[in-house]
Amino acid sequence: MPALEFDINKIKNDFPTLKQSINDNPLVYLDSAATTQKPQSVIDAINEFYTSQNANVHRGRHTLSEHATTLYEQARDKTADYFNVLSKEIVWTKGATEAINLVGNGLRSRFNKDDTIIISALEHHANIVPWQVLSQQTGAKLIALPVNDDGTLNIKQCSDFIKQNKPSLLTITQASNALGNITNLEPLIKAAKEINSLVLIDGAQGAMHLKPDLRELNCDFYVCSSHKMLGPTGLGVLYGRYEALNALDVYQTGGEMIDKVYLTHSTYRPAPAKFETGTPNIAGVLGFSAALDYLDTLHSSNIQQYENDLFTYAVEKLVSIDGITIYSNLSNNIGTLSFNFKDEHPYDLATLLDGYGIAVRAGHHCAQPLMTHLGLNGTLRASFCFYNTHKDVDIFINSLKECIDLLD
Amino acid sequence: MTNTFKKVTESIDKASAWQQKYREIMLLGKTLPVLPDVLKTDDALVPGCESKVWMFVEFDLKENTLVVIGDSDTRIVKGLLAIILALYNGLTPEQVVNIDAYEEFDKLGLISHLSASRGNGIKAMVDKIQTMAQHKIS
Ligand SMILES: Cc1ncc(COP(=O)(O)O)c(C=O)c1O
Repeated sequence: MPALEFDINKIKNDFPTLKQSINDNPLVYLDSAATTQKPQSVIDAINEFYTSQNANVHRGRHTLSEHATTLYEQARDKTADYFNVLSKEIVWTKGATEAINLVGNGLRSRFNKDDTIIISALEHHANIVPWQVLSQQTGAKLIALPVNDDGTLNIKQCSDFIKQNKPSLLTITQASNALGNITNLEPLIKAAKEINSLVLIDGAQGAMHLKPDLRELNCDFYVCSSHKMLGPTGLGVLYGRYEALNALDVYQTGGEMIDKVYLTHSTYRPAPAKFETGTPNIAGVLGFSAALDYLDTLHSSNIQQYENDLFTYAVEKLVSIDGITIYSNLSNNIGTLSFNFKDEHPYDLATLLDGYGIAVRAGHHCAQPLMTHLGLNGTLRASFCFYNTHKDVDIFINSLKECIDLLD
Repeated sequence: MTNTFKKVTESIDKASAWQQKYREIMLLGKTLPVLPDVLKTDDALVPGCESKVWMFVEFDLKENTLVVIGDSDTRIVKGLLAIILALYNGLTPEQVVNIDAYEEFDKLGLISHLSASRGNGIKAMVDKIQTMAQHKIS
């Protein structure tokens, strides 16, 4: 396939939210790690569903319902294609958080005090707290991979740690939301698979920027959120290698997920249906489907190349400011810059940057153990996406300099 | 409105550019005494804030007037805190309930800093002061 032109002006124009002014300045949106903006086609898909396609799925034998069901299941197929897995291995959830909780609950009856769960200090709270709960409920031991002082992983040391501790589950992030650092997953998964451990990958940050081939990655579970991949909020994806997925206990129960219901007991349908009870987020699924179409037109290799260039440009500019400390790993990153200016509180700079129309995040980024590990109270986080321009970077850097001047 | 408050906020009121407003707020924060570390306890922390805000609100029993002290690890929140202190410190409960911080912040062009979503602790502080004053009256 010939490399398509990556026309940034056209792309930026596809995102209506980016066309507004904040505090009389053009919005520079650098908080895509929290949630991405949505292209018009996603907004249109949701609108169209409620305007002309609305019906419940998997129920009615009428035209509208059949059409809605077809579109809904096509979205599952597209998601499976995106990750190179089977459609029946895709479960809709309300987000990455729920997907992790679903797996945690699904393992509860199998875990006991002889089991070990390995997480890492790089995790988002969503990939920490559910495992603390599982550990409390079952007596399973919860331990963390050793993380270097700079927030990177020593892969050899981590692989040895996995082989030594023989976990039943290794659950780690594909990319850190606080730093943007990409985890070198392959050797860690290999080490875990050698001792037959289950592996869950938190793909909330990586799913769009890195478009993983999950078959090749060889993990058992992978979770992500639609809203961090151009799609609507309230929808997430759980991928489970079919055998591992179907072996999980059911999470929530009710209609749709059952096979036969008697008054005192029921039998369940096989995965993914047994994890999808109740009326699903149909509009969200169709919006996500449009998001995947949009990503498909851009091609992941173009996206990655553009995002890498933009990141390199931003890093160059940022390090040229005296007094800036960057905490992100710069050589292997999804496009997130975590930094501080001298010992200034990130809250102040984020508030001042907002005056210039610049949206960044300040704080611990739902990764308190990581902040503690790095000896920080918090950071400023500028997270880039392929719809950001080099001009956005220039405005960001110039405004940051002005904000710094305001501090003394 | 008390004279202290007028004096303290005069420069913020006069600032036309938003940058100047913030500069004045931060300068104001610098005039607040630093809370000694022994008082920066978890109990005194306003919960759920990205910035740390410590506060103590009491009524002076003899004078029946409000005593508020506080500190923050951020410049802007500390400045906003200084405004709140200037607004309420030394007032009787009756005077306190008659002063609407929202109105005053609005006049100063700072109302967005009192929204719950800012999570900066200032709103919680105002609410606590008002609740305690109400309690004292009834
Ligand atoms: C790495 C990571 N994991 C999990 C989550 C949770 O995602 P959600 O809030 O969409 O469920 C996030 C969101 O910030 C994240 O960045």
